[in-house]
Amino acid sequence: MSLSRSLTDVTRIPGVRGALVVSRDDGLVVADALMEGVDGQAVAALAASLAGRMRGVTTVLGQPEPVLLMLGGTEGLLLLAPGPSGLLLVAVAGPEVNVAELRLGILAAAGTAY
Amino acid sequence: MIPETIQALTAQLARDPASLVFLPLAEALRRRGQLDSALTVATSGAGRYPEMAGAWDLIARVQSDRGEGDLAFDAWTTVLRLDPDHIGAHKGLGFLCYRGGDHARSLRYLQRAAELAPDDAAVQTALARVREIAGARRVPGYAEPATDPLRAMDTEPDQALLVDQQGRLLAGDLRGQDGGSAGEAVAAALTGVTREAERAARLLGLGTWRRISLEGGPAHFELRTPTIDSVLLLTRGRHVPAGRLAMLADRAAAAARRWLEELR
Repeated sequence: MSLSRSLTDVTRIPGVRGALVVSRDDGLVVADALMEGVDGQAVAALAASLAGRMRGVTTVLGQPEPVLLMLGGTEGLLLLAPGPSGLLLVAVAGPEVNVAELRLGILAAAGTAY
Repeated sequence: MIPETIQALTAQLARDPASLVFLPLAEALRRRGQLDSALTVATSGAGRYPEMAGAWDLIARVQSDRGEGDLAFDAWTTVLRLDPDHIGAHKGLGFLCYRGGDHARSLRYLQRAAELAPDDAAVQTALARVREIAGARRVPGYAEPATDPLRAMDTEPDQALLVDQQGRLLAGDLRGQDGGSAGEAVAAALTGVTREAERAARLLGLGTWRRISLEGGPAHFELRTPTIDSVLLLTRGRHVPAGRLAMLADRAAAAARRWLEELR
């Protein structure tokens, strides 16, 4: 499955504002499918930074890197799923999104997109 | 307040976004029942003036009107951090605790409000009512000892950690892979997480951040921010369903919030 197809599958979920593939090391956008008004570079940089910080926490505990990270806010959420080759699959969604569906969608995309 | 006045205040705020006119405007909107708009205006004002107790008090009252007791509790706790003698915050917290069935704490807040405003008839009435419901008067000077919130609620020790914004341990502990204490190291790793999450949530239009969930490996993690200057990390084995872990984290955060507020 191609990158663009994986991103499209995630963005088809109602409430999703955009999805990206991001390079973990430098926070650069590799591919994206975003609604107008969503700043892909900002999402990529913030997602990579947050993932790195949380990876630090699990490393201290001797745990492997998380397979899914969710930042929940009052008006939406950010989901990250690390994939192979130093890439991260990222989705931004509004509060109305079905979290369980998005969780499964992004995990599937992370597992098949590379 | 008549709609024309709201229009005039709105226009004034649009001309000068740094103006303090957001206070009467948000209050006017709250009184008219336009709670979403009132919250937007008050939150924006508090963003510009984060050290202004009155702005947070306004947010708390709007959130209380919206039935968002936990958020109102947070906002009033912030008010007391900025102004420990804020009467409105003591009254508001007294009301929230009463509504939540915590009459002892409600009594404490209302007693303080009564000390600060001895002529406030509404406070005296509320105080008398809560005293009657509580059914007992405290011996003057007596205070219940605060217990470690994470141990008090947790039958499995060393699976939760509470740290301040500087990464200093406040309560709890976690075990590393070798079985030794990893609390201090995790606390250090958590330093700056709040600011990072706040920044990400703000720039991505996610509102105020409430939680971070991590899944994977043999354990799952939940992060909460019980107060604006603390972070709670809770972990369980992956056999604990994600929804249950989120609920446990919410309960731990509420216990930690009360504990921190009592300590202060």
